[in-house]
Amino acid sequence: MKELLDDLDRWRADGKRMAVARVVDVEGSGPRGPGAAMAVSLDGEVIGSVSGGCVEGAVVTEALSILHGEREPGIVTFGYSDDEAFAVGLTCGGTIRLFIEELDW
Amino acid sequence: MTIFDELRNRIRAEEPVALATVVDGPGVGGKLLVVPDRDAEGSLGHPELDRVVARDARAELEAGRSGVRHYGPEGQTTPEDLMDTPVVRVFVESWSPPPEMWIFGAVDFTAALAKVAKVLGYRVTVCDAREIFATRRRFPMADEVRVTWPGPMFDERGDDLGPRDAVCILTHDPKFDVPAVQGALASQVGYIGVMGSRRTHEKRLERLAEAGVDAPEDLDRLMSPIGLDIGARTPEETAISICAEIIARRTGRPAAPLRDGEGAIHG
Repeated sequence: MKELLDDLDRWRADGKRMAVARVVDVEGSGPRGPGAAMAVSLDGEVIGSVSGGCVEGAVVTEALSILHGEREPGIVTFGYSDDEAFAVGLTCGGTIRLFIEELDW
Repeated sequence: MTIFDELRNRIRAEEPVALATVVDGPGVGGKLLVVPDRDAEGSLGHPELDRVVARDARAELEAGRSGVRHYGPEGQTTPEDLMDTPVVRVFVESWSPPPEMWIFGAVDFTAALAKVAKVLGYRVTVCDAREIFATRRRFPMADEVRVTWPGPMFDERGDDLGPRDAVCILTHDPKFDVPAVQGALASQVGYIGVMGSRRTHEKRLERLAEAGVDAPEDLDRLMSPIGLDIGARTPEETAISICAEIIARRTGRPAAPLRDGEGAIHG
């Protein structure tokens, strides 16, 4: 989160709405530990990262749908398991769980 | 001030702070901001839940850990109490001040080590009693350069050192490294590395014994020769071997320290 603060301040000063995604849990081999964070503004600016680039695109989609009120804030899981072979995966084979919410607090 | 404002200010000031967020179960999104020395701010939905989470978050903060913990909606924590209630999953994220690295001796290796330590997120202090060597110009990457002896430095701030911190003694000079080792051993610092060849270390052990430092559990804390056995030659390679040793000691992985091997140190 620390490396996002300058941009988050700028967005807040500009009155933008934004969502923040934080890694809360990593199973197996994962590129970034709990606390790795990225943020997405409603107008589509993206800062930070939560993996080695594997899932960021999917996170942007989820974050925007939360800002548009199409889904509730909550946990999103990325990684392969037997029944999710087509889900967005991590090249290192691990599973990460992110919590995505609007930053309006 | 919002919770975010408070969080941001404390992160920027490098003051310890933890943010607890309900990530699953009743009250998703609820927040509690926890600092060591004041009441928590915000709420996760129930005063007893707030109390229990604040207590746990202070412990996580102390350890510099972040992770998800499970509670009942009214702060229940025991398995029996949790059986008939929905589970509240709380993500506790900790921001602790950066770990400290104190480097004794203002030599070429010091600049390289300070550089690598900064990459790893340490707050770096370089300390040497010789005014002409311990200058900001020679160590612009250090957070602080102190012209002083090890004794006063440890007297002043040794109590602040903890398991996440490191002391690296690169002086090669008995006048300096004996008091530095003594000061480090009297602290709770997690890593103590001392530079020098195996022969130098043998002689140092004799001088330490003369100074009354001979308890096996104390000497066992000293990593000397300093660094992992990777055949490092240059100051930069040596800096990498030292930092890699600090990581391996912390994680308990079996990377081979120079201390536990034999023969020549370099390449």
